Amino acid sequence: MSPPPARRTPRPVSIASFAQAHNVRRDDEHNEVEMLMPVVAEVFGNIGITKDDVDFICSGSTDYLIGGPFSFVTALDAVGVWPPKSESHVEMDGAWALYEAWVLLQEGEIDAALVYCFGRSSPGNLNEILALQLDPYYVAPLWPDPVSLAALQARALIDAGRATEADFAAIASRSRRDALDNPKAQVANDIPAEKLLEDEYIVSPLRRHALPPITDGVAAIVLAAGDKARQWSKPVWITGFDHRIETHSLGARDLTSSPSTAMAAEGAGVSEGPIDVAEIHAPFAHQEIILKEALGLDDTVVVNPSGGPLAANPIMSAGLIRIGEAAARISSGRARRAVAHATSGPCLQQNLVCVLEGG
Amino acid sequence: MAERCAVIGVGQTHHKAKRDDVSIAGLVREAAKMALADAELTWTDIDAVVIGKAPDMFEGNMMPELYLAPALGAVGKPMFRVHTAGSVGGSTALVAAHLISSGIHKRVLTVAYEKQSDSDAMWALSVPQPFAAPLLAGAGGYFAPHIRAYMRRSGAPEYIGRMVAVKDRQNAMRNPYAHLHIADIDMKMVEESMMLWDPLRYLEACPSSDGAAAMVLSSEDALSGQYPPAWIHGMAMRSEPTMFAGRDQVNPRAGRDCAADVYARAGITDPRRQIDVAEVYVPFSWYEPMWLENLGFCDLGDGWKLTESGATAFDGDIPWNTSGGVLSSNPIGASGMLRFLEVAMQVRGQAGEHQIDGARVALGQAYGGGSQFFAMWVVGSDKP
Repeated sequence: MSPPPARRTPRPVSIASFAQAHNVRRDDEHNEVEMLMPVVAEVFGNIGITKDDVDFICSGSTDYLIGGPFSFVTALDAVGVWPPKSESHVEMDGAWALYEAWVLLQEGEIDAALVYCFGRSSPGNLNEILALQLDPYYVAPLWPDPVSLAALQARALIDAGRATEADFAAIASRSRRDALDNPKAQVANDIPAEKLLEDEYIVSPLRRHALPPITDGVAAIVLAAGDKARQWSKPVWITGFDHRIETHSLGARDLTSSPSTAMAAEGAGVSEGPIDVAEIHAPFAHQEIILKEALGLDDTVVVNPSGGPLAANPIMSAGLIRIGEAAARISSGRARRAVAHATSGPCLQQNLVCVLEGG
Repeated sequence: MAERCAVIGVGQTHHKAKRDDVSIAGLVREAAKMALADAELTWTDIDAVVIGKAPDMFEGNMMPELYLAPALGAVGKPMFRVHTAGSVGGSTALVAAHLISSGIHKRVLTVAYEKQSDSDAMWALSVPQPFAAPLLAGAGGYFAPHIRAYMRRSGAPEYIGRMVAVKDRQNAMRNPYAHLHIADIDMKMVEESMMLWDPLRYLEACPSSDGAAAMVLSSEDALSGQYPPAWIHGMAMRSEPTMFAGRDQVNPRAGRDCAADVYARAGITDPRRQIDVAEVYVPFSWYEPMWLENLGFCDLGDGWKLTESGATAFDGDIPWNTSGGVLSSNPIGASGMLRFLEVAMQVRGQAGEHQIDGARVALGQAYGGGSQFFAMWVVGSDKP
């Protein structure tokens, strides 16, 4: 991999507003549009604007969760795009939808965008669905499930002498204890790590606590630049934004490291100042260890104070939620500079890094 | 201030009903390598890759950009995946272009594909959804009532659709990459083909194709390639809701607004006079007269008269779909990008047998969903 080019200074863009649904194991009472409508209303209502105040809309989702094509088409009804809007969609986590909107704002022609994302995991079987992300000719037909693949990665980490099962339990214990302060969290409790180590293995070396919950959830962010950024809220500026992908073949990767995260962190300028808080999209406990190292974070950094994906992991939204949670820590004055991370693909194949700073 | 952006390389596969000689990775590489060769670049010259395709269920491969990252030389780079229904090939190109016009990257590879033979698009489109109108007859069943509404409103004679079907297939004879090459196509053959969705007959519908399209986009300070660049003069996207009592699905407002936006950016006030050639998403014959009106090439109700007059034919004053269009090649996810790519070829003067002499300004349009998602660009041989 070649090093990224010298970093350009981006146009300042602010996370003006963030909203998410209560993350739950199963929301049988609402479809995607009904889940999104109150969240979209909240993300506008927080700052007293309407859809007419945003110039662009971008969403993130995947058809495979709903089990039908074009799931994003009807989701647009949650906004009500009339008159017609400039709008786009990525088949990726909402964090990448945010990236697309941020790119457009860089041109300076428009000053505000709505980004939303949704993922209901409950209607299907995630272990089967996520197997369809794999090489369709040589790997997917074997139906390897994401938990087994993550277990391979965790085993490699243990074999390399870089972590123990007790480390995984400590991360899970801390995350769900922190989630007690997060009213939107799905799994929040205070169970000591030693107790968690009594869990049975799901796939060795991963015990139940090291796995993310299965979650239905949606989230939204309003981005603003220029005068709107300062008028609508106390700005939380995006000062660096980058994402990178690795090869797909698991056998060709060192699963104990995340070079794509390290490259994105360099591109986003993570090391250009001290980081107070990191919201890391590590669905499996052991992945936090790999990602923390790739992001270059030391032990002074507060990691996943929201509880992170171990407390709620709505597929296609959990990445955007990391950015929203990190921004919330800054806007509430609990952090000055934060890094948010999102991941996609088996064993952290693709990673996005966003650096946020208070105004 | 947005940076200038240009198309400096184009590539596409030979589109066919079944490309069983290649995997999905092989298919996209075929187009991408051709685009790189055209731009006289290699994989390492590319900063980022933007890929688009229609629903993942068309091949049964979820978020295939993950699997395709190494095949497209994206390892260690940003890779982005767009999905905006049928317009996706167009919007993918626009997302890629914005990576350059925003000043973030210098050279971006954009790719779109569909390998329809790996699955069954009709099945994938017809999965029943709770509380939603079923699309059991595929896209043609959805659009046929809108076509009948257009015929009733405009008083268009029923043979207009057949004229488009013949014209676009005759154009495809000039395009070696087109899926359908029907040498003896004529009005009678179309009329005698099977009725699928009244008034659409078999030969008035697009084929199911395997294929891919690719372009290399560049900033002004990174130009290369064997042909002059196709400068982007304007880009626009618009969406409107599927179900809404105030919608006009025959002449959607999102399409009109999108056209007004892209024309304003490109300085076009009289599209019929100023645009030399257009590639417009016509998957079913009647969408040519319908989009002629929606895109402002004529007054409301007059689109069919333009088609009938031969104005949109290869030797007409506003040739439409000189490549053969979607009616001749339909790798769904790539169909929109092929429109954008073909007009870039026209203003670069590299369209070979289907080159329109002196083409300097060209419009590419793609639409999707229930006539609700629109993506357009205007490219030109002059620097904007």
